Amino acid sequence: MSQKFKDATIPSIPTKARISRWFGRNMLRIYMFFGFTYLFIPVAYTFAFSFNDSGKSNLIWKGFTLSNWQNPCGAPEVCNALGNSIKIGFLATLFSTILGTMIAFAIGRYKFKGRSGSNLLIFLPMATPEIVLGASLLSLFLVFKINPGFWPTVFAHVTFCISFVVVTVKARIASLDPRLEQAAMDLYANEFETFRRVTLPLVAPGIAGAALLAFSLSFDDFIITNFNSGTLITFPKFVYISAARGIPAQANAIGSAMFFLALAIVIAIQLVNRKKAR
Amino acid sequence: MKIGKARVPYLLLLPGFAFLFTFFILPIINLAQTSTQTPVAGGDTGEYEQSFAFSNYINAFIDNREQFGRSFLYATLATIFALAIAYPLAYAIAFKSGKFKNILLVLVVAPFFTSFLLRTVAWKQILGEEGFVVPTLRSLHVISEQTTLTSTAFAVVAGMTYNFLPFMTLPLYASLERIDPRTIEASGDLYANGLTTFRRVTVPLSMPGVVAGTLLTFIPAAGDYVNAAILGSPNTKMIGNVIESRYFKIVDYPTAAALSFTLMAAILILVTLYIRKAGTEELV
Repeated sequence: MSQKFKDATIPSIPTKARISRWFGRNMLRIYMFFGFTYLFIPVAYTFAFSFNDSGKSNLIWKGFTLSNWQNPCGAPEVCNALGNSIKIGFLATLFSTILGTMIAFAIGRYKFKGRSGSNLLIFLPMATPEIVLGASLLSLFLVFKINPGFWPTVFAHVTFCISFVVVTVKARIASLDPRLEQAAMDLYANEFETFRRVTLPLVAPGIAGAALLAFSLSFDDFIITNFNSGTLITFPKFVYISAARGIPAQANAIGSAMFFLALAIVIAIQLVNRKKAR
Repeated sequence: MKIGKARVPYLLLLPGFAFLFTFFILPIINLAQTSTQTPVAGGDTGEYEQSFAFSNYINAFIDNREQFGRSFLYATLATIFALAIAYPLAYAIAFKSGKFKNILLVLVVAPFFTSFLLRTVAWKQILGEEGFVVPTLRSLHVISEQTTLTSTAFAVVAGMTYNFLPFMTLPLYASLERIDPRTIEASGDLYANGLTTFRRVTVPLSMPGVVAGTLLTFIPAAGDYVNAAILGSPNTKMIGNVIESRYFKIVDYPTAAALSFTLMAAILILVTLYIRKAGTEELV
């Protein structure tokens, strides 16, 4: 009798223990779930409201439509701003990648007087708040009577992108196995050939990564752009200006498209790397 | 030949450093000059002359000490929250994700492929009056009818926490990932339990990531004005908002320059102190 009684009550205790053990074991997973949900809420919101049949102000859900995706230039200012952002991003990426890669090779490959000073000069723009960078450039342009606009914005973007390019490419150079270059030299390649056929191909993924980083920094920049672009409207600036009265749903469509494009690029890079690793 | 070789690094540096000199060093020097100027007597708005008025700094600071305090308070809070959110996330990805590691890492960065401003505006609308959060919380009586989530300090700090999260997560992940699993095994072999191992081995070894992550979050957060402009109210203005309006609305360049310099100096001092403390007491 007493045996039976025990059997009836005991199962409730292990269940509790099992639940708490399950929580203990999966705590990090649960945490990750909430963490990622938090990260993706605004992205999902932006994506969802890109299908909103909203008219001018995209604040309240009014009905489903594909027209924002079919006709992303339906709000012409959005496309104009996007075009400016792409042009600026492209030029800033080109210049900063070239200049930054050269600096990275100098610092990563040579011992010379002033090397630590050079490192400091690279670090400083990254440690300076954007608003100070933007304000200081604007006051320089004002002194030289240069009107803020397209090229001042490009130069401003190159300024803050260079440091990130240097850091990224330098890390790649530092991870190279020096024996590969020695082997090339042993096989009678001269310095230039070694650089062109061994060093550069090995560093290339780092340079490509740096260029992608520079483009995304430039494309997404608002503060420095706001100071130096004058009447020119870039995509982030457009969103900022129209935030008060609600941004047109076409901007959501473009923002979401950028998200999927970038995601596709990153996944493609991962797949290529995995293939190479095999 | 030897002399030629010694020149190579300098030739490589020349174009980039010439650029940085023109568009970074020169502007900073110019900003320093602007910061001590005063208006030209009888001149137009926006016309200033050099008069070494260092009192600009004192006036600018006294007039805006509230906004300065707020900037550093909000940036500190956002940094702490970001660390609290990002550390377990980075830890889980580095140690518990197995073959999903790369995918999860991409997912951490992916939200930031959507424009920073679009995401901030999205938060404004999600937390705003027309969003679904506020009516739900009101009907559950969690918040009162008058309480709003946007236009508050809470919204500004939350926005900054969200926006600077990858700058915290990625360095943390990088330093956690580099930890040799044998050090953790060794700690277990020496009878440390999970918590002790975490506290005495994992955390100290991840300190470089913590330092890098907190700096990369704190510096942009302290100078930010976008979150305060979109998610805040006039009562949550930060120093960045003041600098911006001094430039564009009031055309008071000297004050804006003095404020910029004060901000930069304050950040540099704090960062130096922080690195020194983290470097001597926790890193070694």
